[in-house]
Amino acid sequence: MFKLILSWRYLRTRYIALASIISVTLGVATLIVVNSVMAGFSQEMHRRLHGILSDLIFESVSLGGLPDAQWHKDEIGKALGDDLVGITATVQVPAMLSFQVRGQWITRQVNLIGIDQETYADVGDFAQYLLHPENRRTLSFLLRENGYDERLPESGWEQRRLRIEYQRAFEDQLRQVETSRRAALGGPSPSEELATMLPPSDPYGSIPTDPYSTTHGQHQKVEQFDEAKEQFTGVILGLMIASVRHRDPDGEVRDYFLCRPGDDVNLTFPTSPPSGHAPSAQSARFTVVDLYESKMSEYDSTFAFVPIEELQRLRGMIDPETGVTSVTSLLIRLRPGANLAEARDRLMDRFPADQYAYRIQTWRDMQGPLLAAVQMETTILNILLFLIIAVAGFGILATFFMIVVEKTRDVGVLKALGAPSSGVMSIFLSYGFSLGTVGSGVGMVLGLLFVHYINEIAAGLEWLTGREVFDPTVYYFQEIPTEIEPLMVVLVLIGATSIAVLASVLPALRAARLHPVEALRYE
Amino acid sequence: MTHSVLTPDTHASRSASRRHLLQSLQSVDTIQRPAQQPAAVQQDPSAALIRATGMYKSYRKGKLIIPVLKGVDFAIQPGEFVAIVGQSGSGKSTLLHLLGTLDEPDAGEIHFEGNRIDNLPSKAKDVLRNKYFGMIFQFYHLLPELSTLENVLMPSMIGQGVMRYWWNRREHAQRATELLDMVGLGHRLTHKPKELSGGEMQRAAIARALVSGPQMLLADEPTGNLDRQSGTEVMRMLRSLNREQNLTIIMVTHDSTIAGMADRTVRLVEGLVERVG
Repeated sequence: MFKLILSWRYLRTRYIALASIISVTLGVATLIVVNSVMAGFSQEMHRRLHGILSDLIFESVSLGGLPDAQWHKDEIGKALGDDLVGITATVQVPAMLSFQVRGQWITRQVNLIGIDQETYADVGDFAQYLLHPENRRTLSFLLRENGYDERLPESGWEQRRLRIEYQRAFEDQLRQVETSRRAALGGPSPSEELATMLPPSDPYGSIPTDPYSTTHGQHQKVEQFDEAKEQFTGVILGLMIASVRHRDPDGEVRDYFLCRPGDDVNLTFPTSPPSGHAPSAQSARFTVVDLYESKMSEYDSTFAFVPIEELQRLRGMIDPETGVTSVTSLLIRLRPGANLAEARDRLMDRFPADQYAYRIQTWRDMQGPLLAAVQMETTILNILLFLIIAVAGFGILATFFMIVVEKTRDVGVLKALGAPSSGVMSIFLSYGFSLGTVGSGVGMVLGLLFVHYINEIAAGLEWLTGREVFDPTVYYFQEIPTEIEPLMVVLVLIGATSIAVLASVLPALRAARLHPVEALRYE
Repeated sequence: MTHSVLTPDTHASRSASRRHLLQSLQSVDTIQRPAQQPAAVQQDPSAALIRATGMYKSYRKGKLIIPVLKGVDFAIQPGEFVAIVGQSGSGKSTLLHLLGTLDEPDAGEIHFEGNRIDNLPSKAKDVLRNKYFGMIFQFYHLLPELSTLENVLMPSMIGQGVMRYWWNRREHAQRATELLDMVGLGHRLTHKPKELSGGEMQRAAIARALVSGPQMLLADEPTGNLDRQSGTEVMRMLRSLNREQNLTIIMVTHDSTIAGMADRTVRLVEGLVERVG
């Protein structure tokens, strides 16, 4: 009992111990904040990486991909058994995207992915990242009327019609100006000039002037492609492909869109030639039907999604005789809790590398270097921050030695009253424990409050210093992500308290070994 | 022996248990010290409460060995009030510390109630100091962080585990309050030592020494730091404890007037008992 009461009184009356408490508090608070922010970043990154990558990725290393996707799906199903929850085929090729902005061509290097809109959502969280709410529910490559993200108020059919109407009105106006100009100069009007530009008649008289003249009646029924009413095959672009992120004069981070849902773009990609032939470039026009924002810049700045059938057709991945299609990769979703590495190994056994030129990876394998780097960063930060608490521990050691010297006579008195050496030692160990507990407790509360209000604190610091603490244009997060892991908090508390107790062992031993007579005579 | 008016009902059973404890502690002793022949035992040694024979003690200062006690023999009977006097450096306080098991003699033996105690294990000595001996010092040595009441309760807290002390905390507090009332500090229970005068602090220290119901009180210059009036007051209190409660008191002092208030005086000169008065 005397140990508890004395350690509590020392804690209350020795203000020098406050310095030690503060150092433990700051160490614990910093550890909690840093770990929570790192965990927040890490978890957000994992969520986004996993969301787009599915659990297992089964891909062919050849440009032509793996033939007969259905056979591969069946074999994978047999190998994985009940672990398999969803599987979808994709075609992935590098491509060049080009589009016009105010008469200027803009090009982007993209990773063009042909996806099966029926099954692609089964293997990942792709749909969650689309801007149109309807597409998030049901993926479609058809352009929506409107209702895209609030950043894109003028998008969809509404915007497309307006743009075409404006474009046509502009062209009409240009034509009228040209006609007026030529009339003023006395030359032919543009339509008259066009008439004079008809091909010359065949000098041998065998080729008619108009090759379609014989079918003229039939062609009158063929409708022309009307951009105001129809769309090309849909494409979903990563947000950073279609936009530029910048800070406006008010300091707000905004996305400036170079192209929007409703605009048309060109995509150029390599074909999948038959064996022995070199690939050639294939171009096609697509209509942007939605944008994709995973907030992972690596993906948002490179991924473009189109329907798989269209990409297979354009690249020549459909066997003209059998109709069997080829794909470049299969994305596999496993049941929750399934062992990814074990499932990967099963597939690798079924498709050995010496027989099949396939690459089979888990999503963690694919992002291994990035995840390892984050893990390493977290570990090093933890070591460094625990060193801060260790420094606090040395502070406690020094403070306790001072207190033991100061309390030498009291130790003598306690021994004269019958206190055992172990009891005297316990006073200082309890003191160290209480100091560690109080420091850790206050540090935990401060750390948790800091994490809870981290964005407000960052804003306050920005206001105070005039410098940006967290730049969303760099991190691609609007807010600092945080995640409090209870186990981490408990471990930090135990670690900090243990350091405080360990730091008090030597002074406690010194106190315990004091000779009562010498202690009583100490001045 | 009427040990304490505050614990008359428990005294007999405690005496028996103490004897049993001491005997059991004695049995664990394996250290055999050189036998010293007592120079003189003034009273019946077999009836002594505490008896020292052939006590030698020296201190080392660097390479220099300073002998303090050079073969002291004496015995104290139960209920005696003995003053140990002598000049500074004569070994008075050293002898008191040896009797109180705060230090160990280089040679010689100390017997308490017939049992040798100088070679007991440290845990047994802790029990002796906590339950059988009461100690008061020249500079009071109250713990400054605790109130007067808590200071008095300290031996009870030391002597019992958390749960047992907590269970009996009301009884302990009542006893400590009664003792403080007895020494005239009933109105100073919550005061810190720095708020008390020297005399009050020494009276609180006496109450602390009595709280465990000891058989012997060891007082090291109890009036050395007090003015005459406070000193007389403290001596009157010790005298009264000795007479009314038959408490054995061994007091070290260099003041012959104070020593004159004791039943008997033991004079130490250069580490030897010169005269027993």
